[in-house]
Amino acid sequence: MANTYTLIQAQTLASAAASVTFSAIPATYTDIVLRVSARRAEAGRQDLLIKPNNDTSNNSGTNIQGSGAAATSNATSAQSIKIANIIPSTNETASTFCNAEFYMPNYAGSANKPSGTFGVGENNATTAYIVGNASLSQIASAISSVVLSLASGTFDTGSSFYLYGIKNS
Amino acid sequence: MPATYEPIATQTLGSATATITFSSIAASWTDLRLSLVGSVTSASTQYYLRFNGVSSGGPYSGTYLGGDGTTASSTRYTSSNEIPINGINTGGTTTPHFFITDIFSYAGSTYKTCLIEISHDRNGSGFVERAVGLWRSTAAITSVTITLNSGNMAAGTTATLYGIKAA
Repeated sequence: MANTYTLIQAQTLASAAASVTFSAIPATYTDIVLRVSARRAEAGRQDLLIKPNNDTSNNSGTNIQGSGAAATSNATSAQSIKIANIIPSTNETASTFCNAEFYMPNYAGSANKPSGTFGVGENNATTAYIVGNASLSQIASAISSVVLSLASGTFDTGSSFYLYGIKNS
Repeated sequence: MPATYEPIATQTLGSATATITFSSIAASWTDLRLSLVGSVTSASTQYYLRFNGVSSGGPYSGTYLGGDGTTASSTRYTSSNEIPINGINTGGTTTPHFFITDIFSYAGSTYKTCLIEISHDRNGSGFVERAVGLWRSTAAITSVTITLNSGNMAAGTTATLYGIKAA
């Protein structure tokens, strides 16, 4: 039986970049998975923003996060998919990167698209975050691109991004 | 390179159905991954996971962390007859939900742990949960059953079982 977890494209930053784009995603898979290891090149922890088809107004989300001191939950609407607080910055422990996995089933279908993200930004400091996020993209067209950015600032050198496709048959 | 992530079986419902079962699971892989995307016909229901058809004797326990967009919560259950997956609402075709469950070392002789990620945002409401479940059995898992505590899974719901090899 064929392997069905296939790398579509990988990007590792040789210099800081404000965004990373995966484009021309074929509709040949059932689901897509995006795996992120990233750090901010400036000071101040930031949110990771995920934009299916570069859409910044038709995504909503429900998240749960723990900071090491408290657990909270909040909701977002009419914006990018937001994974709050997981991107470490230059004023945190050196060489610490967040890790996150974003999973979107039925990305090539015509229905609204649910997705989920599980991310962490551990840094051996007082505050760090673990985040679970449920999102809904009210986008009827197939997802053919995904743009990632920060709420502010740039991804640091060495940040890496891997997009996989999964077939269920 | 050998195949390490393979679809074992997929079921897409042609009509509303209360239960999906994957049976005769071979011991050929290291871990299993179960994914489901779709909707249900009853509000505020729960999915239940069971292994090898076991639904008595209280062999399941678990801990979950969840959030509804306003409040974070965490709950444990012990001596249960199923592994519950919470926070599901009808949603319909416009706000489908999905979950992933990783079942580790499913064919071994130790107790079986699974990691559950449920995501169901509904644009203004919703629920997200990350949970762990334990089945206190030394038997290899040969079947996985997904059912509900009320109602049905809607037509079009798709569940897929994957096998993952460590090498």
